[in-house]
Amino acid sequence: MAKDYLRQSALAHLHLAALGVDDPDGAGVVLCERPFRGQLSLRGNSADHEFVEGVQGVLGVGAPLDPNTVNVAGNITVLWLGPNEWLIVTPDGQETELVERISDALAGQHFAVSDVSDSRAIIGLTGIHARDVLMKGCSLDLHPRAFNAGSCAQSSLARCHVLLHQINEIPTYDIYVHRSFSDYAWRWLEDAAREYGFAIINQSAIDVVTQRSTRKESPVSA
Amino acid sequence: MLLIKCPWCGDRDEHEFSYGGEAHIVRPRDPEKLTDDQWADYLFMRKNPKGAHLERWVHAHGCRRWFNVERDTVTHAITAVYKMNEKPPRSSKT
Ligand SMILES: [Zn+2]
Repeated sequence: MAKDYLRQSALAHLHLAALGVDDPDGAGVVLCERPFRGQLSLRGNSADHEFVEGVQGVLGVGAPLDPNTVNVAGNITVLWLGPNEWLIVTPDGQETELVERISDALAGQHFAVSDVSDSRAIIGLTGIHARDVLMKGCSLDLHPRAFNAGSCAQSSLARCHVLLHQINEIPTYDIYVHRSFSDYAWRWLEDAAREYGFAIINQSAIDVVTQRSTRKESPVSA
Repeated sequence: MLLIKCPWCGDRDEHEFSYGGEAHIVRPRDPEKLTDDQWADYLFMRKNPKGAHLERWVHAHGCRRWFNVERDTVTHAITAVYKMNEKPPRSSKT
């Protein structure tokens, strides 16, 4: 991990903190960067009980076996990337220890776990028009009957390879995009969001805002 | 634009996939025992049917898995999708 004083998030050059608000009152679309999360690539045989149970034992949650689904336990998120491939997302600073614990638990088995933190930037997108923004640049069926909270998918958004994770019904998404595409992806999202009225939210405020909104009537349209 | 059903991810847009050519081509076990003609046949010669064709696709912008597709080369209708370790559908004429 880079020393803190040298460390910059993928979108640091946009100085989003200076533009961010705490309350995006009335904005149809809300954007933020979600910097500095641990990301681990996990490979293994999902048909092997020893592997599946070993992973569950360490993470407290199993690697999802259904395609394009996400398992969450506490502050650990496990996203399905393929029938033998997952992305484990952790709070910043926990990734190194988690690699060691997984490696110890699965020692002797056929598996691979690698720290890939910072390979992808993560952009948070929420608001009642968040889905409309994605639909402008993504061919996935994002209707709630096909894609809802707990769904993930790899696809392309405005020609960038992305990993999309829907977190709740507002809808709120985490958009994982390769770091070198993140500037373009952010600018594309800003442009696509403009017609709905968008706000950049302080990273510390997005979880508060999304939780508050889910308690109101869900604005999902049929 | 085709809608292709990835065996894992379901229906996805054609642009998420890459084409991998004819399926079920087996690498000869002892290439050094082949004549040049036989080797060239393995390397270069492919079927070019008018109709059902068994071919490989990879879900490049999705789960990144390879799988097999039976596609009609005239209508582009996809009549079967099956995983790499599975046999082609019985209906297949190729
Ligand atoms: Zn797929």
